[in-house]
Amino acid sequence: MATNPEPDTPANHDEARRSFLKQSSLLTAFALVPGSVVTAAAEGLDEKVAAAFEKIPLSLKINGTKHKLSVEPRTTLLDLLREQLHLTGTKKGCDYGQCGACTVHVDGQRVNSCLSFAVMHDGQEITTIEGLADGDKLHPMQEAFVKHDGFQCGYCTPGQIMSAVACVREGHAGSEGEIREYMSGNICRCGAYTNIVAAIQEVKTGGQKV
Amino acid sequence: MNQFQYVRPTKPQAAIDAVAKDANAKFIAGGTNLVDLMKRGVMTPQKLVDINRLPLAKIETMGAGLRIGALALNSAVADDKHVRAQHPLLALALNAGASPQLRNMATVGGNMLQRTRCSYFYDLSMPCNKREPGTGCAALEGVNRMHAIFGASEQCIAVHPSDMSVALVALDATVLVSGPKGDRRIAFADLHRLPGTTPQRDTNLEPGELITAVDLPTNAFTRHVHYQKVRERASYAFALVSAAVALDIENNTIKAARLALGGVAHKPWRLAAAEQALIGKPATEDSFRQAAAVAMQGAKAFKYNAYKLKLAPNALVQALKTAAAA
Repeated sequence: MATNPEPDTPANHDEARRSFLKQSSLLTAFALVPGSVVTAAAEGLDEKVAAAFEKIPLSLKINGTKHKLSVEPRTTLLDLLREQLHLTGTKKGCDYGQCGACTVHVDGQRVNSCLSFAVMHDGQEITTIEGLADGDKLHPMQEAFVKHDGFQCGYCTPGQIMSAVACVREGHAGSEGEIREYMSGNICRCGAYTNIVAAIQEVKTGGQKV
Repeated sequence: MNQFQYVRPTKPQAAIDAVAKDANAKFIAGGTNLVDLMKRGVMTPQKLVDINRLPLAKIETMGAGLRIGALALNSAVADDKHVRAQHPLLALALNAGASPQLRNMATVGGNMLQRTRCSYFYDLSMPCNKREPGTGCAALEGVNRMHAIFGASEQCIAVHPSDMSVALVALDATVLVSGPKGDRRIAFADLHRLPGTTPQRDTNLEPGELITAVDLPTNAFTRHVHYQKVRERASYAFALVSAAVALDIENNTIKAARLALGGVAHKPWRLAAAEQALIGKPATEDSFRQAAAVAMQGAKAFKYNAYKLKLAPNALVQALKTAAAA
């Protein structure tokens, strides 16, 4: 058996893997990027040009903290929060704007973060479920969801709570019927609706600052 | 999702140029439908022109009516005091659509340009003349319970999904458009097309044309209005059928009427003949039933949507009764 001139050391392995990844990602890039980037690469411009072309600078204030970011245009606000900033409280349910699990506040308004490209929010202020509590002190809506058992599995809960806070702030929590209508963008497959409505009614009538 | 170039112009002309000069470029405003379609690969623009920084979100009273900027959010329009006072039907229709979150994102211009929710249009494994001209219409012989009963063609039987547009067509709205060849006004009833042999074209907008505003003329329909939406959940679902109704009633006699149906055609479906049938009649259920019969002339069902032939007139009568009692 011939001796291997380059023993399969971990270091070599890593290098081979890196070079494979680099090549294959370059190939993937050729397959996916718009013509002008492919042209730039073909004309001998290095990968940095392509990277600068693809990523766009983005300033966001998230839960009170300013962030200078760089994102691909196709990154949704939801994926930015979860994958890049590790704010995983905001949930990915359907990813098509049909369930409300991804609800966050943008400049104080509730939106579906899955249906919005992050770059479109440059300069805006985002509040996620992580930004609701005051240190260890839960937000009144969080307290009320705990008290009224407004969840079972809990997956939809961050979206429900963000939507519920907005529902009260908008003045759309005047009756059970109004709450049900204005919470209809948040689906709960466990069916905790009765308790969610009770939690919102308590916060609405409780007189605390929401 | 495929990659794309992203640009964010601050002047309308720059946005128009960017889309007019590039067949693979699209405007994006709220994105609530386009992002959805891009995730599924139904639409694959190579360039997105973000128009959210254009100054087109104002709602202002004009001499002869109300002008609503194309970028005004659905929620902002539904809550606007002028809209609620002068065009309550529009507020009702807007609030019947989507969810509070989506209404906080979707714009007036984007709402009217949303694509059909025909499940075959969304399913890349199925033929669809709207998505891929010439491949056929899977809905024609498929599960077509959500589909059109008016104005369909052999090539496409999809319906337009917007609630807002049903109210706008009833209220004689006009769409203001800017494009590479200048500005023009389009009667709302002429914005959307019937499918005919070109179902890939939803509207009569030319490449690069940008909707900048909607004008609503002042009218007498401030009280007797109703938007009746029938859907499979209490809220947050597209219409099976919807009816937008506005009446001007004096001494229980109908002086004027504006009627339109949603969920029944490739465009919001104005009912001019049924409107005429109501004029001078007493505001009674009998009159409403007769008008509904006129409205349904020419309707044609497919295998799974024959229920709409009963549901549509019933929704219309219910809307008229509610409006008359308001």
